[in-house]
This record gives sequence, C-alpha cells and structure tokens, in this order.
Amino acid sequence: MRDTGPPGEPVIEAKDLGLTFDTNDGPVHALTGVNLTIEKGDFVSFIGPSGCGKTTFLRCVAALEHPTSGTLTVNGMSPDDARQRRAYGYVFQAAGLYPWRTIAGNVKLPLEIMGFSKAEQDERVRNVLSLVDLDGFGKKYPWQLSGGMQQRASIARALAFDADILLMDEPFGALDEIVRDRLNEELLKLWARTGKTIGFVTHSIPEAVYLSTKIVVMSPRPGRITDVIDSPLPRDRPLDIRDSAEFIEVAHRVREGLRAGHGYDE
Amino acid sequence: MNRLVPILTVVAAIVAIWYVATVGMNAQWARDQAARAGVELSFGEIVADTLAQERPVLPAPHQVAAELWKLTWVEETTGRRGIVKSGTLSNRSLVYHGWLTLSATALGFAIGTGLGFLLAVGIVHNRAMDLSVMPWAIASQTIPILAIAPMIIVVLASVGLTGIVPKAVISAYLSFFPVVVGMVKGLRSPEVAQLDLLRTYSASAAQVFWKLRLPASLPYLFASMKVGIAAALVGAIVGELPVQQGGLGARLLAGSYYGQTAQIWAALFTAAILAALLVGAVGATERAVLRRLGMAQ
Repeated sequence: MRDTGPPGEPVIEAKDLGLTFDTNDGPVHALTGVNLTIEKGDFVSFIGPSGCGKTTFLRCVAALEHPTSGTLTVNGMSPDDARQRRAYGYVFQAAGLYPWRTIAGNVKLPLEIMGFSKAEQDERVRNVLSLVDLDGFGKKYPWQLSGGMQQRASIARALAFDADILLMDEPFGALDEIVRDRLNEELLKLWARTGKTIGFVTHSIPEAVYLSTKIVVMSPRPGRITDVIDSPLPRDRPLDIRDSAEFIEVAHRVREGLRAGHGYDE
Repeated sequence: MNRLVPILTVVAAIVAIWYVATVGMNAQWARDQAARAGVELSFGEIVADTLAQERPVLPAPHQVAAELWKLTWVEETTGRRGIVKSGTLSNRSLVYHGWLTLSATALGFAIGTGLGFLLAVGIVHNRAMDLSVMPWAIASQTIPILAIAPMIIVVLASVGLTGIVPKAVISAYLSFFPVVVGMVKGLRSPEVAQLDLLRTYSASAAQVFWKLRLPASLPYLFASMKVGIAAALVGAIVGELPVQQGGLGARLLAGSYYGQTAQIWAALFTAAILAALLVGAVGATERAVLRRLGMAQ
C-alpha cells in the first residue's frame, strides 16, 4: 500500500558533488566528493554537526543552491527542471506560516501559485489537512495553534501539490521532545500512507535512527559523507522499537561515525 | 476608565502650568498699565488682570477656548457670513480655514503615500534604484521646508498652478519620505526561509510581491503613514504661510501680524485637533485592515 511506483528506482543521484562558497576569508568547502543514491520510497536522514553540509546538500537537491562540481540529478533531470515539474515539497525548520492567512489559506499558497483551480484547491486542502490530522483547523490563524500543529500545517503545505519527494530541514528542531516524538510517529505513518521519498536533516541520533531506512553521516571542514548506514529495522516501527538491541546498535554506529568524522584532534 | 485617569491627570497638570505661566508672562503689562494710571495693584488684582487681557503675551486656556468657540460654532451659526445665514462657510471661521488645510493635507498625503510606495517598490526590485534613490530621498529631507516652500509655490504659480496644488505638493514632499523608509523595510521584512519557500514553488517576482512582500509590509506601511500624515499637515500649513489665501497657516501668520495671540493659539489648537483626528483615522484603518487580515490578535 505504501509504494505507488516501482520501488528501488533511483530518485536522487549525486556523483562526486562539490560546492564551494567564495567568502572574504577564502573558499569554504561546503560539500566535497559527495556520492549518494536515494531510491524511491527511501526515508533518508542526514546527520552531522553544524557546517557538515547536510542542509546544503538538501538545498542543492531543491535547486536553492547550485553545486560547483560533480553532477546531481533529481528524477533523472537537473534539480532546476525537477523543481519546475513540482518534484518536491520543502519543509523548513521554522513553520513559516503567513500570519495573515488562515491554516487553509497557508496550505493553499503553493496551489494558488501553481495555478490550480479553486475547486481543486479546496479539495486538496481538505485532503492534506486530514492527512496531518488537522481536520477542522482550516479556518484558524497560525497564532491560534501550538508550535507542533503549526509544523504539521507546514508539512501539509509541502504535501498539497503532491510532490513525490519531501525535503525536510530539521522540521522538528525547535519543538520539545514530547511533541517531537509524536510528530516523528505521525511522520512515519504519513510516509507509509503516501509512499513519498523523504530527505530529512536532523541533529538528533535517536530521531535519525527511528525514522530512517538510510542514515547518511556527515562531517564538516570540508563537508563530506563519512558513512551511509542502511537501517536493518523493519519499516513498521512502533515507538518502543527504540529500546530494542538493533536500534541501539544502529545508534551506536551513527555515534561512532560522527565521532570519527568530527575529528576531535583538529 | 483606566486609560482616562492618567490622560486627564496630564491634561490637568498642563492646564495648571499654563495658568501659572499666563500670570507670570502677562504681569509686566498689568503693572505697566497700573503705573501709568498711577495706581497700585494688589496681587489678586494682578492675577485677575493677567487672565483677562485683550492682547496678552500668553492667553489663558479659557481665553483660547472662548476664541475657538467664537471662531467655530458662534461664527457659523450667528455670524453674518456664517453657514446658517449665508449658506457657505464664513471666511473668518476656523471651520473654513481648517477645511482648506485639511483638503490640501489629504491630497498631499495621498500623493506622498503613493509616491513613497512606488519608490519603495522600485528600490526593493531594482538594483539601480536601490543604489540611487535613497541618498536623494534623504537629501531632500535635509533641506529646510521653510526655505523650499516659497520656491515650490513660485515655480508652480509660474506654470499656472495655484490654490490647493502647491500646498499639496509641499505636503507630499514631507510625507513621502517616512513611507519610502517604512515600506522598503517592510517589503524586505520577509525572512530568507520565506523567500526560499516561494522559490521552491518557482513563484514569479510578481507573485512574491503580492503574496508575501506586500502583506508582510502592511504593519510598516501604517506606522509610516501615521508619521507621514502628521508631516503632511505641517507641509500644508507651511504652504499657506507665504500665500495668505486662507488656511490655518494663513490664520497663524495673520494673528501674529496683528498681535492676536488668542487667534494664533486657536488656530494652533485647530491644527493639533486635526492632526489627532488624522492620526486616529490612520490608526482606525490600520486596526480594521489588520483585523480583516487576521493579523490583529
């Protein structure tokens, strides 16, 4: 029920990807030699300390940054073309809802810009709001909702135009742990129901291990991938899976990868 | 009620200080008159005299209030040229002059706000304008308006524009500036993440403007408009000073020519009341618009 298209098909492919920013203090190597293939239906987490390039990689996929070397394809085309074809929805750390629009109005924003008909806009808004469990909140304004509900609304906004890929940049980073746990659980359900490919940036090891089928461990200076872990955990994950031996083992490997890459001797 | 008490306290304090100042500043005249007549005045007599002089240095609050009443209600209802008897506003009343100033202010404010808005949109969207317009806008405000107002009036008169237009131009000259500054800030207020979000939708510059920048700038626009409308009123009054064809500015200058201090103060108060009403009207519009947009909590 999860996968609508053929699973295992590469969706995002990076080959020897590099991005160098020219700053006043000389070049900054935000990404170097990144090789990564993300397959359809994957839930991929990017984890690493600040400056490791995890957000930069996601922004490259979204064509918000442009790589200076190597190749990157999204659905077999350039990130810019993929964006034109509405390949992905992006969720930022801050929900970033417009205070002058209702929740329904916020979810409608991409649909208005992309020129959906009025009837289809309303239909889609209703569907995605129920997908993130916000039925009946469409007429509320953002300030009337809690932080967690606002972030759910921003996920609904990213889902509204039915992109295959969901890119999430520390979406739950600003929320407390209790809310975060619930949203993580809901995100897994949403992923199972929609079969989206998800790229997820996080600082949290338990979050990365709990959510992902593939964990990409990154390290800074220069930003690079140090380890790619294919999770042995089943796709169906109750919250208490986090107490299992397998979970702890994966978390341990992530931590080791972070420690090795971080280079305390630098 | 909770707001009324502090406001009334401040008003009462101002009135009290004013009365004390009235006695102090007008006492010399009372004493001089008494000396000339060869009589000695007691303190009580001096106080009574200072509060009822015909041409005081500083008129007492009740004299200003009486003058205001006389030049508005009394003039219009019972005066020969008042609206009741002649069908048109009397050219002696502050209703008439206040209306002249108000109409010039409104026209000038509309021009200034529109111009400021357009300049701000240009500055935010065009790099050449960004680099070139702001220094000129700032420079324009460093020139004393009293110096440039007569030139504007003369230049416009030479091309046949007199009456309300030159005054409105001076109003606009003063009121466009706060709108430019506030709107540039407002149009640039959306965070990078919000602009990135619209980029992920491949939104056009026009869509970014109408859906994000403009609504985000509204609170800034209203704050600027409150400053702008007060400046527009000052501009209209300054524009009336050299022309002497009616308006509160003309009344201020005429009052000072003839030593009619009560008339000056009455005109000043009319201007102050107008300013309060105008700023209040902008504030009411702001609340209505922001509530309509769900931005007022």
